[in-house]
Amino acid sequence: MAMSTPNAGNHPDALADDIVLRADNLRTHFIMGARAAKSVDGVTLTVRRGQTLAVVGESGSGKSVTSLSIMRLLAHPGRIVGGRLLYRMRDGGVVDLATLSDKRMRAIRGKEIAMIFQEPMTSLNPLYTVGDQIMEMIRLHEPVDRHEARTRARRMLELVEIPAPDKRLDQYPHEMSGGMRQRVMIALALACNPALLIADEPTTALDVTIQAQILDLMRRLQREIGMSILFVTHNLGVVAEIAHEVAVMYAGRVVEQAPVHDLFARPRHPYTKGLLACIPDAKRDRADDGTRKMLNPIPGSVPSVLALPAGCAFAPRCPLAEPHCETAPPELLNASPEHLTRCWRHELL
Amino acid sequence: MAAASASSVDSPRISTLILQRKTLAIGLAIIVVITLLAVLAPLIAPYAPGKLSIVNRLKPPSATWFFGTDEFGRDIFSRTIYAGQLSLLVGAAATALAATVGITLGLVAGFFRKADGIVSRIIDAMMAFPDILLAIALVAALGPSLATVIVALGVVYAPRLARVVRASTLVIRELPYVEAARALGVPTWRIMTRHVLRNLVSPILVQATFIFAYAMLAEAGLSFLGVGVSPEIPTWGTMIAAGRQYVGQADWMTIFPGLAIILTVLSLQLVGDGLRDLLDPRLRKDL
Amino acid sequence: MTRYVLQRLFGMLTVMFTVVTIVFVIVRVAPGDPAAVMLGPDATPADIDVLRVRLGLDQSLPVQYLYFLAQLARGDLGHSIFLDMPVAAALLDRAEPTFFLTVFAILIASAIALPVGIMSAYKRGSFFDQSVTTLTMLAASIPSFWLGLILIQVFAVRFGWFPVAGYGGPDASFLTRMSHLVLPAVALGVVSSALITRFTRASMLDVLNDDYVRTARSKGMGEFRVIMKHAFKNALIPVLTVVGLTAALLVSGAVVTETVFSLPGVGNLVVSAVLRRDYPVIQGALLVIAAIYVLINFGIDLLYLMIDPRVRY
Ligand SMILES: Nc1ncnc2c1ncn2[C@@H]1O[C@H](COP(=O)(O)OP(=O)(O)OP(=O)(O)O)[C@@H](O)[C@H]1O
Ligand SMILES: [Mg+2]
Repeated sequence: MAMSTPNAGNHPDALADDIVLRADNLRTHFIMGARAAKSVDGVTLTVRRGQTLAVVGESGSGKSVTSLSIMRLLAHPGRIVGGRLLYRMRDGGVVDLATLSDKRMRAIRGKEIAMIFQEPMTSLNPLYTVGDQIMEMIRLHEPVDRHEARTRARRMLELVEIPAPDKRLDQYPHEMSGGMRQRVMIALALACNPALLIADEPTTALDVTIQAQILDLMRRLQREIGMSILFVTHNLGVVAEIAHEVAVMYAGRVVEQAPVHDLFARPRHPYTKGLLACIPDAKRDRADDGTRKMLNPIPGSVPSVLALPAGCAFAPRCPLAEPHCETAPPELLNASPEHLTRCWRHELL
Repeated sequence: MAAASASSVDSPRISTLILQRKTLAIGLAIIVVITLLAVLAPLIAPYAPGKLSIVNRLKPPSATWFFGTDEFGRDIFSRTIYAGQLSLLVGAAATALAATVGITLGLVAGFFRKADGIVSRIIDAMMAFPDILLAIALVAALGPSLATVIVALGVVYAPRLARVVRASTLVIRELPYVEAARALGVPTWRIMTRHVLRNLVSPILVQATFIFAYAMLAEAGLSFLGVGVSPEIPTWGTMIAAGRQYVGQADWMTIFPGLAIILTVLSLQLVGDGLRDLLDPRLRKDL
Repeated sequence: MTRYVLQRLFGMLTVMFTVVTIVFVIVRVAPGDPAAVMLGPDATPADIDVLRVRLGLDQSLPVQYLYFLAQLARGDLGHSIFLDMPVAAALLDRAEPTFFLTVFAILIASAIALPVGIMSAYKRGSFFDQSVTTLTMLAASIPSFWLGLILIQVFAVRFGWFPVAGYGGPDASFLTRMSHLVLPAVALGVVSSALITRFTRASMLDVLNDDYVRTARSKGMGEFRVIMKHAFKNALIPVLTVVGLTAALLVSGAVVTETVFSLPGVGNLVVSAVLRRDYPVIQGALLVIAAIYVLINFGIDLLYLMIDPRVRY
């Protein structure tokens, strides 16, 4: 079997000019006494300047933990135990977020990298007005007075298409709907013009029409502002709409990263292939007599992060698995120059 | 979550569970020792609690008098363990009374909408009185004696239990199987005793342990003020009151009965905390 | 908002009305003839009759109750038999030490409890946290009067830093009077801090993992501001409730602590009234203190309005 060259970073500190963030074999564990939940255990992904990287994966695959690791906002007892998070600052310098001091990290949060969370209903402080919360962000990073901060906050609300922004500034979160609050969160995140926006399932908690509006909004904002986005979702339909590239996560690892068209056209990991087969498709799912066929979900279940198998974590469910897969964890291999996969047998796909 | 599944062992034995809960084990151990000391006082005490010995008055602690002697030369160690009998008795009896009254009121309020208005109002109003002050007033109204102190403290603490029982009853009565039992025509009193009370055992037990602790503190306060049991009867409170005249001169008269109270109340609180952990992991809110 | 205030006001008034009724019942459950009990064994039947009429005891219970309500409505708390003065005046005479004692104790308790409780929650599971948990349980087990006596032994008798007891005599300056309150306030404050610490810790634990705290951190804010501005403010509501509830406990403690330090306060008045069977004084003190408790809690309900916009509708 002809093996592709492993994509081991030969020049770890060299971050190509067009790359904003690269996670290199990131490992984040929740350490509880003698046990460790290896929620993230080998995440390698790349976000390019001005582009959107979608991170997809089932619930529990470690998407949120990856995002929080980048922001260094992990809740106790979560800890980054290995790997690197290389980030290119706006001034061109490259830092490793995994080991940066708390103080320098604070200067990066909000200013360089901002985050929108999965839970729009609870992510705003109920005791302060929306305006105060946006102004707080601006004044943390920029030497502006209250008046100017308020003007800027108002402009942010306009940017995210919130009607009657003057009135809204003085309202409290409980006076707004979920979609409105998520818009406020976006306004908040973008208030200091971050170079990288991490959006952790920003639309999952919202209903479908609102979801579409928020996605439109984010797409437009990216065009206008030119920031990079790391967009977490488990909805492949959303991926097709918004992403340039896709990283697929399974059991704490990125198992495949590729440009969105390549990935949809020819997935090079059996898990991704299984995922794509789960997307409802009106034509394919229709039997000859016109009735709907059953979707074919991947058999078996995700291994617990407390007890990951020694080899490939997907091997127990994989139709292509061979004995070798059970023992040796696959490295990220180049299936094509831009297409990375963690499958020993990707050539069969 | 992972943490929860890690601690859920298959049907663990009660004894191992108790040992796992250090606080509960320590608390129970102390309270057992204190109770034994009190009950076995006649066997253990080196002197009779009332034995006067004027030549030996106000002697500091020594090998002869572990805790020293008081103004009449009585042995403080002997008196302290004898006093434990009464202090524990008052605490236990008051708790039992508070539990009986409180559980009944709570069940009635939780079950009968019509009674709830009045009973809740009374509970709220009772809680507006500082516990000692209310006890003082009740003792004053009923005339001071051991029995009235018990009754007064029972009445003072009943609302706390009633409140807990009422709140839980309101939740339990809406549970599907209780509603089903009602729909099947099971009589209300049977639903209350069979379904509701059984579910309430843990919160009641926990609350009762704390009330035991508070009642002992309050009894000591009443005795100290001289408005509770007669000053001639040795309780930890009356002993401290007697020592008050000799502060700076015979500090041991106040220190040792005080330590006895602290140790007892502390162990009761440890038991209450431990029980809460053990019986109701949902309540494990680090309180 | 107006509805909230009206609701609370109505709630407060019904509780107050119930309090009044309970006090009435307590004083009437006394076995035997209160007039006879009050006047002692040497009283002549004629004296007893006069007192009975004066107290309205010759009327039926419902009439007595109405009479009692009418009297209260006029702001009349009755007349002390022993002191031969209006109960309200007697209480007012003794209010100063009790008031300042309670206020100082609350301040001391909060000054200990809030920082320690916040820190303990923040450092959850650490050695500090475990020590705090143990110490608060210990503090909650100490009778405040006993701690008072120990403080007297150490700081008044041995070191002579503070006066042993009393309130400094009739012409003592304000400062001298306050210096008499230091030890009792410490005794009371330390004991009451236990409960507030535990509640502060618990409600901080509740909010520390809330999403908006994470949002605040994601803005690049320093930890101290995240904790105080975003977490603590949200934890404050349950904490305030406890401080309000502790107020009653504190008054209880004050009654006993005043006796330890021979402070001429309301507690002392009540205790002597019990020993003298001066029922009107006991009744009046119960009413006033319960009323203060209810008022404090009403005040805290209003404070919620200022803190939590969700209450304002
Ligand atoms: N505080 C924590 N303590 C212990 N384990 C945790 C903690 N937070 C997350 N985990 C574990 O990390 C794993 C990954 O969780 P994560 O939240 O990243 O999943 P996700 O991919 O974002 O899922 P979802 O789509 O549901 O948001 C899960 O197995 C979870 O149990
Ligand atoms: Mg998630």
